[in-house]
Amino acid sequence: MALPSYATPLEKLWYWTFRVICGLVFLFLMAPILIVIPLSFNAEPYFTFTEKMLALDPDGYSLRWYDVLLTFGMQAPEAPRDAAWWGDVWRNATWVNAAKNSVIIGVFSTLLATVLGTVAALGLSRPEMPYRRAIMAVLLSPMIVPIIITATGLFFFYSMTGLANSYIGVILAHATLGIPFVIITVTATLVGFDQSLTRAAASLGAPPTTTFFRITMPLILPGVISGALFAFVTSFDEVVVVLFVAAHDQQTIPRQMWNGIREQISPAILSVATILVVVSIALLTTVELLRRRSERLRGVTPR
Amino acid sequence: MADTTLTRTGVLSTADGRPLKSALARAQSRAKWRAFLLVAPLLLFVLVTFVAPIGQMLFRSVHHDGFSRNMPHLSAWFAANPRGTEPGEAAFAALADDLKAARQNRTAGEIGTRINYDLSGTRSLFTATARSADKLAPPYREALLAENRQWGDPRLWEAMRGASGALTPNFYLSALDLQRSPDGGIERAPPENRVYLMLFERTFLLSGIIMVMTLVLGYPVAHLLAVLPLRTSNLLMILVLLPFWTSLLVRTTSWIVLLQSQGVVNNVLVASGVLTEETRLQMIYNQAGTIIAMTHILLPFMILPLYSVMRPIPPSYVRAARSLGASSWCAFRRIYFPQTIPGIAAGALLVFILAVGYYITPALVGGASGQLISNLIAFHMSKSNWSLAAAIAAILLAAVLVLYWLYDRLIGIDNMKLG
Repeated sequence: MALPSYATPLEKLWYWTFRVICGLVFLFLMAPILIVIPLSFNAEPYFTFTEKMLALDPDGYSLRWYDVLLTFGMQAPEAPRDAAWWGDVWRNATWVNAAKNSVIIGVFSTLLATVLGTVAALGLSRPEMPYRRAIMAVLLSPMIVPIIITATGLFFFYSMTGLANSYIGVILAHATLGIPFVIITVTATLVGFDQSLTRAAASLGAPPTTTFFRITMPLILPGVISGALFAFVTSFDEVVVVLFVAAHDQQTIPRQMWNGIREQISPAILSVATILVVVSIALLTTVELLRRRSERLRGVTPR
Repeated sequence: MADTTLTRTGVLSTADGRPLKSALARAQSRAKWRAFLLVAPLLLFVLVTFVAPIGQMLFRSVHHDGFSRNMPHLSAWFAANPRGTEPGEAAFAALADDLKAARQNRTAGEIGTRINYDLSGTRSLFTATARSADKLAPPYREALLAENRQWGDPRLWEAMRGASGALTPNFYLSALDLQRSPDGGIERAPPENRVYLMLFERTFLLSGIIMVMTLVLGYPVAHLLAVLPLRTSNLLMILVLLPFWTSLLVRTTSWIVLLQSQGVVNNVLVASGVLTEETRLQMIYNQAGTIIAMTHILLPFMILPLYSVMRPIPPSYVRAARSLGASSWCAFRRIYFPQTIPGIAAGALLVFILAVGYYITPALVGGASGQLISNLIAFHMSKSNWSLAAAIAAILLAAVLVLYWLYDRLIGIDNMKLG
């Protein structure tokens, strides 16, 4: 949108004002995410920039809050840092255990959501699918229904069925929450899918399973992986269901953060936040690359 | 389908002699079944892990047998005598019997909790009287009234009548700031007990404000992204998508860090002389905190639908309007803006739906004045007022489902896009 040469001074003024406004909105979007990164290296237990930090004095910065992530909850944090110390970290550190739980729950719920969601998306994108709209509405509703309602319902349901306080219960719940994202991304990929490819495979004698794994799957894989990443992030960031149905000792990273923010907020939270920001940058990059690859496969190129 | 042949009767049929029409119908229904079977496992999964729990919650919201199960004699008396019957000696005898049983089974607390929903302050009446229930002797009416005058209160008897059946609409009445009057009618709760309607109102008002804020902030950005060359806009799009991918708790934490009274924003304003130490702004742990943080968190949900509607609008339309003499404002208002209305509707509805049910952010940065209805549900759950929590949740769910239906009608859920 270059400014035309016949633009009046008022229009020129507006053109630049508009860009400044947009710049400010981008700042609003990014500032809260970027601000935690330098603050997490604070040497003092404050949530604001100290004078030393502003003067870029190396003494103002430290890794002490990252160290806290390892030592908090350990049996002997002061011991020399040898193999035994690291073993202690792995077994007892609160944040490390929370991370382990988060990863276990995230991986299994993602697997479940991705497998079920991809198969269902294949059915949903067939033109002959009956009651497509109604079924789609039901399958996507976990994304729309407020999480507190889902958690309340699951609390009653699990206390009746005995799934409360178990990993299985949390995994099933997180899978349900991740399913809409898998369905949306995979059906979006299937919209551009050329059905004559599967017909060609069938006419060459391939049974449906071979067609799926050799023809369909490689083509929709970028969409499936993006959907899986969405589902993983949903589970990795979910706290309300965990608060309602998980046992007290089933700490996850978001639950630990939730407790930290509610009770005694410490800069260690900021170092966790920084790590999570880095993780989300990595995930976003992966999804962007997958999207471009998928567009290339489908022959859509940027203008 | 195999090759078709024209039989002598003039009906098209397949090679094996079946009429083509029925063969086609069979093939189509088989294809339907195949498509449905692919979806079936997931549908079953969602029905079991999502729809059933919510159904059970709805059941809880109208069902509570804490009184009827533990007070069988009195419940039977209520069933036998219509509303308006003065509770006589028989009723009090049934009450005394049940209280004696409650003492033995230690269920007085459960019974009192149920009545306490409808008539606050009565839980202790049940527990205290049950504790001394063994000393009760006929005539029970006098004995109970001597124990506590409240046993003669018509409101209490009305509440017990309401609780004598397991199914009750009373939790919905409570959730809407209504209560039963002594004669069984419905009246508004006393002003000091009215909280729920106010919270529903606040939830909708704040969601509306957040929706407008995201629209005001998102519209220019979406427009800029839509008119820039795709390479540049893809780069800038990352700035929109990164917040979308970042943990909700991280973003909420960041806002605490930025906005608290010793936080970054206040420090910058003090250092630059705009504020003094005494006039530091209170921007968090109140409604302002909820609005700012939620606007930030929901902004991508506004920008993405707007962008996907704005991108395909040909720039030549506005240019044509300009060439025909329209001012740039007129061209925007009459040509560009009307074409973006579907995007505005999609983004605004989505943001509103998500905002109405928000829990985490208001709980962490809302303080007392920034709490929404979800936080009240969580509060009642933590106090074990399960049925009341379920009733409030059911009302919220109904509101969200109406909006969801509207979204599906106007935009279509299959048009939802993620990045």
